[in-house]
Formats: sequence, structure tokens, C-alpha cells
Amino acid sequence: MALETYKTDGFYDELFASDGMAHLSAHPLVEQLDTLSRAELKRRQKLAEDILYQSGNTFNVYGDKKGTEKILPFDIIPRMVSGADWAKLERGIAQRITALNLFIQDIYNDQKILKDKVIPSELIFSSACYLKPCEGLKPPKGVWTHISGTDFVRDGDGEFYVLEDNLRCPSGISYVLENRAVLKRIMPAAFHTLKIRPVSDYGDHLYKTLKHIAPDGRDDPNIIVLTPGIYNSAYFEHAYLAQQMGVPLAQGSDLVVEDDKVYMRTTAGLKRVDVIYRRIDDEFIDPQIFRKESLLGVPGIMNAYRKGNVALANAPGTGIADDKAIYAYVPKIIKYYLGEDAIANNVPTYICEDDKEREYVLANLDKLVVKAVNLSGGYGMLIGPKSTKAEQKEFAALIKARPRDYIAQPTLSLSRAPTLIGNSIEGRHVDFRPYSLYGEEIFTLPGGLTRVALKKGSLVVNSSQGGGSKDTWVLEDEGEAN
Amino acid sequence: MLSRVANSIYWMARYLERADCVARFIDVNTHLMLDLALDQNAAQWYPLIATSGDDEDFNQRYTQADERAVVRFMTFDQKNPNSILQSIFRARENARTVREVIPVEMWEKINEIYHLTQSQSRKRSVADLQDYYREIRQSGHLFTGLMHNTMSRDMGWQFAHMGQMLERADKTARLLDVKYFLLLPHNDVWKDSAYDAVQWGAVLKSVNALEMYRQQFHTINYRDVTQFLLFSKAFPRSVQFCLEDAEAALKTLTNGNGDSKAAREMATLCRTIRTSDTSHIISTGLHEFIDIFQANLNLVDEAIYESYFEN
Repeated sequence: MALETYKTDGFYDELFASDGMAHLSAHPLVEQLDTLSRAELKRRQKLAEDILYQSGNTFNVYGDKKGTEKILPFDIIPRMVSGADWAKLERGIAQRITALNLFIQDIYNDQKILKDKVIPSELIFSSACYLKPCEGLKPPKGVWTHISGTDFVRDGDGEFYVLEDNLRCPSGISYVLENRAVLKRIMPAAFHTLKIRPVSDYGDHLYKTLKHIAPDGRDDPNIIVLTPGIYNSAYFEHAYLAQQMGVPLAQGSDLVVEDDKVYMRTTAGLKRVDVIYRRIDDEFIDPQIFRKESLLGVPGIMNAYRKGNVALANAPGTGIADDKAIYAYVPKIIKYYLGEDAIANNVPTYICEDDKEREYVLANLDKLVVKAVNLSGGYGMLIGPKSTKAEQKEFAALIKARPRDYIAQPTLSLSRAPTLIGNSIEGRHVDFRPYSLYGEEIFTLPGGLTRVALKKGSLVVNSSQGGGSKDTWVLEDEGEAN
Repeated sequence: MLSRVANSIYWMARYLERADCVARFIDVNTHLMLDLALDQNAAQWYPLIATSGDDEDFNQRYTQADERAVVRFMTFDQKNPNSILQSIFRARENARTVREVIPVEMWEKINEIYHLTQSQSRKRSVADLQDYYREIRQSGHLFTGLMHNTMSRDMGWQFAHMGQMLERADKTARLLDVKYFLLLPHNDVWKDSAYDAVQWGAVLKSVNALEMYRQQFHTINYRDVTQFLLFSKAFPRSVQFCLEDAEAALKTLTNGNGDSKAAREMATLCRTIRTSDTSHIISTGLHEFIDIFQANLNLVDEAIYESYFEN
């Protein structure tokens, strides 16, 4: 009922091929949604919000003394990815991660890619993400990026494009699992008619990935998750992952390094730790090596790591491969290490450090998206077509002052997905972040986080800027690519 | 188990039990008011404060011990570290840091109770809060049920169980003390009065002990109630029962190694209870006995901290 009047408005839509015409794979879902009245849709939306609220994955409303808590906005209408689309995404991701991993290993060791002048050396050494203490590191089994989440958007042509490779233990996976659990409760019928690939085994895959990198001879490794603590905005997720794997959740103060080995303080004394899935940023992990004032980390842990007495996931230093200026070179990186053409599309990227490209960027600020190379969360970003002259002027000055810190890309026409807004269903822009694990092999969870910009017309999906999330259904079908 | 996690799970259980017990304390007065047909002005509320051990704090910040003030202080006062609201808040903060070791349903229920408490926190009369107090007491049963039915009997469970039992022993003892303060300034605690059965009946009812007590003693008098709530080996809220359980949990934790400071203090406390008897206590003063008991209980708590959480 609520979908009868739904308009795609000329955007690529994730459920509809055109007004009134669902994509083939989305037919069963659209039919079921159509049987629900607006009131029933709202009721289910409210139920979903109650379930999420009760689960305690909430954050404090800033400045509210009464301790009011809120959930991240959630939309009950799922986003769907056809089997064929997924197959291509999966191959593209595996190829990218394989190449980026080789790249990081090369950069901190032989630097062949720089000697062969495929990437300008200045770009590497000027990056805030290049960590000198990681030079010469050889992580266990040669894997640096065990856990990653690749951000995709779909452009007006229906093609997926990679926006970012998040290689520094990105958050969000707990939402993927929670959102699915909620939809199973509020839309059980859909799970009978559609072949939706499950995501609930993520914890098993994660545990196996971490076990794979345990130091040699530690056959029954003690694996832990390391969190900055309960005041971290992703604490819920850290606890959730520890729970999903059945492993201890530690804080920096629970750990101690003795004789270059890491131990945790237990009720029965010190116990050796073998693998750490750490959700503390590189700069904070070891005050002896990185930021001296860090209270979150564990003094001496880097030495233990270098000696191979403990494994870290992800390895420190991986940020160099998700610097947004390096991003522009990923197709070349893939070609260089694998001899293959990139399967996943890259967005054309202008590097402001380059004189010619900067000139073009400055002349076209009203058409381009400008991004700071080392910021995320939708911060430090200019969306040209939606910006004011004053904002463009501000960014022109920023770019001229610190060209290395900025890149620019053409503004994509982000796809939209039907979203429950008040009493009606309207199109809203979405992105997509699937999560991958690199252990013995590369595994991408068939699902992911779909973030949705709830503000009408907005292209910014980040939760800090009014974005919400949706469950994402990857279908088993071999059907049409959307 | 991480020391920090053990500490948190121990305190999570203690705070949950504490919230439950405070609701039970208030319940004593509610029953008394109804049974004795007392109007609101005649009801004595100060005994609840006096037995809580927080009388100093109360007297500093409140001028009158009427229903509104006592309900506020014991239920929703943010500055009273032992109010229900604070206990639930602290239980939740502790639960938050041990989410990976407790059942999901437990976390969700704590969360639910926390939000419920927030939503009720403007109410001030017991009549308005009947459903709320009932919910708190019911969820106490639910937490215990979840612990017993869904948690492996590993270290986490032993610490939680020990915490719950020590807290309960403390609160049952304090509850007995309510009667002492109720009769002040007459100071004639042990004199049988017409209302005795009613008053002690309210005490028993608030710990769900009335039926079990009657099966053993049939009629209500101070001597038997004291015997029952302090020394029953069968009733799960009696002080001795709780301590035996706490000691058993501690023994499991230490693998029977009685050498830790915690084990020594616990053994001393249990011995004191086992060798005491009601006649002696009544002749020397129940209130005095309970005071000494609570001081010893604090020693046990400190020793547990030193032996297990401080590492």
C-alpha cells in the first residue's frame, strides 16, 4: 500500500527498476511490504526500535543531564543485493585486499613499488599514516589486514564503486548482526520466501581468523579483544564481539608485558595472551613507541609483537593503505602486485598535492567532492554541488595551505533505497560496507552495513551526521545483476 | 578470569541484590501501614533509614523523615550510593563491562529495569510506586533465575553468587534490625506486644519467608523469627544459609585452598554465626550482635578484594 506511490525520481533505486516496477530479485519483498498497512509498518518500526533500545546499544544524548539514551536510527525496510552483484563484489574485495596487503608488506620492507616509481615516494613518507616504527615488521603468516570493511556506493549507472578501504579495524559489524536479528523478529515471513544468506556465523569466522595467526607452538591460544573501555563509542561492539567468540574483553590496564610476552591479570595471577584483536588505534597501542601520553595501551606490547610472542589484528601501520591519496593508486597497486585489472571500480580521484590536478580541483570546487585524506565519519568534507560559495572559499584556502591533506572526486549520483519516513516510504541515499576477514583465506561476510542518509536529499550517511542503518540482504539467487 | 571482570561481576550481583533488598525494606513499612491501619502521618519511616546505615547522610540532607523523603532517599536519590536508582545504575555499569560473560537476557533485563527506574523517578508515594517495587522484586527473582539456569558454574558464576549471598546476608540482618528501631524510644524490643505478630509478620513477608516460617514455627514471635532469619539452615535468605553458600562459592574459587586472606576471613565469619545461638544473642542484644556481624562482613569483602581483584 505504502509503496504504490513510491517515486524513484530518476535515481538508481535498490529495490525498484522504475516507478511501480521492482527489480526481479526484490519482487517477493515488495509484495510482502505491499500487504502491510502504513499503520502496521509504523508498528513494526516502533517494535524494532524498542528491541534495539532494550539491547542497550545506545549512546548518551550529549549535554543531557538526565542520562537520556538513544539508539542509532534504524530503518526496517531492508536493502537487497542480488547474488550476481554480490559475486562480483566479493571477487573485487578479495582482489583489493590481497593487493593492499602485499602493498603494506612491501612499503614497510623492500619498497619495490617506490623504487619502480609506480607510486611517488613523497606521497608515502608525507602520510600521517606511515609509521616508521613499523619498518621491517613481518607479521605472522604475512597478513596485516585481518579485519577490514570496504565502503561502496552505487552510482547512477548501477555500478558499485569503492569509496574507501577501511583497513584499521573498522566498526559497524555489530550493527550488521543486530539489524539482522531484529528483522528476523519483525519480518519473519520474508525469510521464508527469499533465500537470504546468513550472517550469524561471523563470530566463528572471526575466531578462526584470529586463531590462524597465533604464535607458533601456541596450540590452544588465549585470544582476547582489547578495548579502550566503556566510554568508547564502539564499546558495545567490542563487548559484542568478545561475546560472539567467547573470549575475554580486556582493557589496556588488564594487560602487562614481561620478558617481551603479554600477560593478562586474572584472579589466579598472570596468564599469557597470544592473539589480540585490538580496537585501540595504532597511535595509542604502545606508549613506549607511539603516543607517550596514551593510557589506553600496553607499554612494551610492540616489542612483544616484533619478537613474535603475540599477534595483533590488525597489524599496526595498515593505515598507509587507506590514506585517501593512496586510494587513487589502488588500481595501479593491483596491477603491480597481481598483474590483474581491478575488478571493483575506483572513483576517479584528484590528488591536490599534484600541481595540475590541484588546479583542476580549485577551478571545479562546485562540482567535486573534496575529502581530507586522513579523516573519516563525514568530517572534513565538501560536497561541491550542495555547498555555498563561502564553504568553497574555505576549502580552497585549506587545500592551498595543505595540499597533501586533500583529494577530490566527481560527485556521484548515489543510489537510493525505499525508507520509512514518518508515515510514508521515500527514497533515501545509501552506501554499503561489507566486512572481510583475512586469515587462511579471504572471507567476506555475505551481508554488510547499509547506511542511509535520512535527511531528504542528503548524501552524507554517517551516523554523526544524521545517518541511520538498514539490514542488508544478500540473496542466494543466481539472478540478474541489478 | 580477568581480575577486573571478576570484580565487576561480583559487584553487579551485589548491586542487583541491594536494589531488590531496598525494595523489600520499603515493603515492610507498606505492610505495616496496611495491617495496622496506620494513616500516613502515623507511619514510622525513620527506622528504614536507621537500619540502612546511611542515617548520617540522610540527616544531613533531609529535615524530616516522612514518606516522601524516605521514598526519595531510598529509591531515587542520586546522591545516596545505596538508593535503588544508584544500585541499578551501578549494576548496569558493571554489567556493561562484563557483557561478554553474562547471558544476553540478563543484560537486557538490567537495561529494562534501569529505564523503568528512570521513568518512575519523579514519583514520591509508596502507593504510586507499588507496581514499580513489585517489578524490582520480581526482577530480583528473574536475575537469580537467569544466573542459575543459564550460566555455567565457572568462576564468573561463583563470584556473582558469592556477591549476591554476602549482600543478602547483610540485608537480612539489617531487616531484623528494623524492628529494633521501630520500637525505639521504648527500647523494649523483646516485650511481647499485641502487634508483635503483625510487625514480625511484615518482616517475614518482605523476604518471602512467611509461609516457610509458619511451616516450621506455626506462630509468630520474636525469638523464633530471629532464630529463623539468622540461623535457618534450610531457608535461602537466612543469614547462615547465605554465608554457607558464599563460603562454598569461595572454596570452589580457591580449589579448597584455605590459605587466601579471603578464605580465612570468611571462615572466621561463618564460625561466629555457627557458634552463636538465639538465647545468647537476645540476652546481649540483637542490635549489638548485628553491628558486630556487619563489621566482620566488611572485613570479608575487603579480603576478597585483596585476594582476587587487586592483582
